[in-house]
Amino acid sequence: MKLTLRVWRQKNADADGAMSTYEVDGISPDMSFLEMLDTLNEELILKGEDPVAFDHDCREGICGACSLVINGDAHGPERTTTCQLHMRSFQDGDTIDVEPWRAAAFPVVKDLVVDRSAFDRIIQAGGYITAPTGAAPEAHATPVPKPDADFAFEHAECIGCGACVAACPNGAAMLFTSAKINHLNVLPQGAPERESRVLDMVAQMDEEGFGGCTLTGECATACPKGIPLMSITSMNKEWLRATRKVSRK
Amino acid sequence: MARTVWDSTVGKKTVMAVSGLIMLLYLVAHMIGNLKIFFGAGEFNHYAHWLRTVGEPFMHYEWTLWLIRAVLVVAVVAHAVSAYQLSRRDIRARPSKYVHARPRASYATRTMRWGGIILALFIVWHLLDLTTGTVHSKGFQSGHPYQNVVDTFSTWYGNVIYIVAMLALGLHIRHGFWSAAQTLGVGSRTRDRALKTVANVLALLLTAGFIAVPVGVMTGVVS
Amino acid sequence: MTSYTDYTTGEPVVDTKAPAGPINERWDKRRFEAKLVNPANRRKHTVIVVGTGLAGGSAGATLAEQGYKVVQFCYQDSPRRAHSIAAQGGINAAKNYRNDGDSIHRLFYDTVKGGDFRARESNVHRLAQISVEIIDQCVAQGVPFAREYGGLLDTRSFGGVQVSRTFYARGQTGQQLLLGAYQALSRQIAAGNIEMHPRTEMLDLIVIDGRARGIVARDLITGRIDTYFADAVVLASGGYGNVFYLSTNAMNSNATAIWRAHRRGAYFANPCFTQIHPTCIPRTGDHQSKLTLMSESLRNDGRIWVPKAKGDDRPPNRIPEDERDYYLERIYPSFGNLVPRDIASRAAKNVCDEGRGVGPGGQGVYLDFADAIKRMGRKAVEAKYGNLFDMYQRITDEDPYEVPMRIYPAVHYTMGGLWVDYDLQTTIPGLFAVGEANFSDHGANRLGASALMQGLADGYFVLPATINDYLARNPHQDEVGAGHPVVQEVLAETEDRLNLLLAVDGDRTPDSFHRELGELMWEFCGMARTDSGLRKALERIPQIREEFWRRIKVPGTGEEFNQSLEKANRIVDYLELAELMCLDALHRSESCGGHFREESQTPDGEAARKDEEFSYAAAWEFTGTGEAPTLHKEDLVFEYVHPTQRSYA
Repeated sequence: MKLTLRVWRQKNADADGAMSTYEVDGISPDMSFLEMLDTLNEELILKGEDPVAFDHDCREGICGACSLVINGDAHGPERTTTCQLHMRSFQDGDTIDVEPWRAAAFPVVKDLVVDRSAFDRIIQAGGYITAPTGAAPEAHATPVPKPDADFAFEHAECIGCGACVAACPNGAAMLFTSAKINHLNVLPQGAPERESRVLDMVAQMDEEGFGGCTLTGECATACPKGIPLMSITSMNKEWLRATRKVSRK
Repeated sequence: MARTVWDSTVGKKTVMAVSGLIMLLYLVAHMIGNLKIFFGAGEFNHYAHWLRTVGEPFMHYEWTLWLIRAVLVVAVVAHAVSAYQLSRRDIRARPSKYVHARPRASYATRTMRWGGIILALFIVWHLLDLTTGTVHSKGFQSGHPYQNVVDTFSTWYGNVIYIVAMLALGLHIRHGFWSAAQTLGVGSRTRDRALKTVANVLALLLTAGFIAVPVGVMTGVVS
Repeated sequence: MTSYTDYTTGEPVVDTKAPAGPINERWDKRRFEAKLVNPANRRKHTVIVVGTGLAGGSAGATLAEQGYKVVQFCYQDSPRRAHSIAAQGGINAAKNYRNDGDSIHRLFYDTVKGGDFRARESNVHRLAQISVEIIDQCVAQGVPFAREYGGLLDTRSFGGVQVSRTFYARGQTGQQLLLGAYQALSRQIAAGNIEMHPRTEMLDLIVIDGRARGIVARDLITGRIDTYFADAVVLASGGYGNVFYLSTNAMNSNATAIWRAHRRGAYFANPCFTQIHPTCIPRTGDHQSKLTLMSESLRNDGRIWVPKAKGDDRPPNRIPEDERDYYLERIYPSFGNLVPRDIASRAAKNVCDEGRGVGPGGQGVYLDFADAIKRMGRKAVEAKYGNLFDMYQRITDEDPYEVPMRIYPAVHYTMGGLWVDYDLQTTIPGLFAVGEANFSDHGANRLGASALMQGLADGYFVLPATINDYLARNPHQDEVGAGHPVVQEVLAETEDRLNLLLAVDGDRTPDSFHRELGELMWEFCGMARTDSGLRKALERIPQIREEFWRRIKVPGTGEEFNQSLEKANRIVDYLELAELMCLDALHRSESCGGHFREESQTPDGEAARKDEEFSYAAAWEFTGTGEAPTLHKEDLVFEYVHPTQRSYA
């Protein structure tokens, strides 16, 4: 396959960026999208040009590092991570636009690499259960109803890639934040910190400069792990519940 | 608590949801009242007069009406200020656009902000037209709402403004009602279809009900 | 200069930390004997932790909870992305919730035996003991393990063991355990007990007066190289499978931290022990950048075959039954498709070497579910393997319900690593290694679902207990600062190395060298190794290294985000580590576990161990790049599990 790539190039956080056009040839439909970019980078290095920087690591769809907006879609046309997108999803001769996640809370580091540390800070604000090592009771002491365990798992699947933010017209992090809150708040182990968790995490999310939710549903459509939009509804419910409870104290 | 709510994006959305639902409730009543126009000037004018005497003798003349107006003003202001602040925030959160842009989300969703602005402007016009009579087309007659309505919808621009605004209202309610349910945390997977249906039905009924009046005037059913 | 293969044998290396006495009392005894640091004094001690995977994340969180000041590093943009996240299958624990005869002793026994008797009994027993606490800990953290309808934890049997002791969270157990550790870590970061440095890669170790006192690390965004100091350094940087270029490791997983530590004096044990996983998706061409594992559970119902005839390129469904060779069922009638990983892998290689492999390049065998679908119905197969089938289809664009899957072995895990004693301390005082970075618990072959167990055991329970002893015995160490001559020297060496990489300005990319090295290693130090092949590799590696320093091209500068520079610098270390792996494989002329020497096999092609000669862990001491290293043997004594020859025929 022969393709024209238009790639966002930006030297560093402070520099201005622009789209640059590259031609790549000899692309196999079996290549992953990132392998196609590898091919481009090999050529650029030999030409003495700066290769395109992009985040990637496990390349099996679980680490959440890869983060490209392809033709306007976070992670491209298939519902998966960029690393699991294959070139057979494109046609010979296509022009493909490749851009970084765009959100004020995710500043560009270089080219297609962005800084997602805001997500870490949201987790730090309360996305955990306080269980110091060694203090744990016997695992079977507290049974967890299977539907609750399944609900928790469904939300725990979030890989923290940030596609939800990238896809959201408001640059909101509601889906990410709600996934963790729902995972922990439904479990009996998470109950003691249930209120502070949702209040603190939402406050941190706002603090980071993410937008608000207008329920466009773009986040859930882009989510490679299929975290449902309803996750946000559950979080709102938790938040209102916590606000009421805390104000009563 | 008020502080927590107002300072949080989720809290502001709650304010929008609650104020939106108050307005929606009002609109349903308003729309039903409007339909009385099809039963003649007498019934319609009587209804309009009744609005001022509701609650008597407990309430004084027009007290109930002013109470409702006060609640509505608070709802409109809260809704608008939250919307403005949230929109500002949303735009700041996404300062640069994608070079490769493509339409996202449904039409109703995308038009929430513009629709809201259209509706705000409409409310101003609507009050100046039929409540105070300031911009009324012919001589505004206080206490004769039937004639005032007929006059308004006898002008082309009166019809255009009104119908466009009501279409915007339909779209606004369609996404807004369902959205409010999510914000208030009452949505769920099992309830989602029902909520969407209710939103669609509400949007359709309100739009149709409201538009019926100018259509009635235009077709001569109401004159 | 002597030849690299003329290694010398030095003094044996001995673990002095495991107490004598009954094996089930040793860990308690060690914890009791270990000196403690007064809680009020802990915050005066700084501990550096490199890596945030299961071992590093859990260690950092636990040390910070105990009151130490932790300074932690990861090269990823977030600690949550460490490659532990990709582990699919599960985590073993001797809970015996199934009442199926499991016990700590059985897990201990299975692990020693599975490791083909090349692991230290004391360590393995401790691992089995701690396994039960890990599950408690993770459940308390909110790890959403699979549960049954009664709300209790579900388990499954894994990797051919006879008990059901593997806890799991669908096919994402590693992810869930890692996120648990990451969340614990996050709590400590928020509390100000951990200073976290993401996107910062350790490039060297600072050893002063014989003790590990800090590291040199590069900020990957700004390129700034800095020094960090501590009272102890913990390496949790994972394995070195990426020496092979293609592996199931993450693209950026690397050996630099452990190799630099090795160069500074830490012994490297059993480098040749690598695990090749039999069920990976085969490569599709030269562009392949990494390999994806398919859960081993597929072998429970899939049948593995190749055509009987060489070069039979008919589509699989057109090859009649009697022209198919279900070779595992034929050679190992009693275990069939469920033979251990190393045997399944080697058998696949053998049929492909005979020219009977399938798919692009003949590097694959069929894993066929046609019979399973006929027997259980498509629905049942879907319920059991649906997500794996989907993953396969996404990658290969083939529908495994219709066409047999193609699989091929791939490098998956490295059992070797830095030599550590019972306290997980390397031969450099104050330098500890946990998780896959050390060599400790799996011997020559790791059992399925045991990597997660070991990483968390090391990080949550072992290291936090044993590091106390070191810190308590060395309470007052001299301050070191950036001005210390040793620090200056290490820093200068690091800067020189990077500058040199940038200055060569040759005509070959970092990847081209990495791929060349990987292919060489795969051919000669992969699934089957021979004396002549290893010698060939040992001859070739220095040549590649020489060529590397002559022809490498790294664009850009060191003072910026430069992924080519990161890569090139990692390859520098692979080019040295590969040599040691080959030498280790050459010197160990027996077959054991994942290490198969063709010269050492039974008449029916089974691995033949040579216990009288090789019942030791080989710990290598660095003497200089390309210089023959010194071998220190740690004799392995088996008091509780007596070595037997494996047989699966």
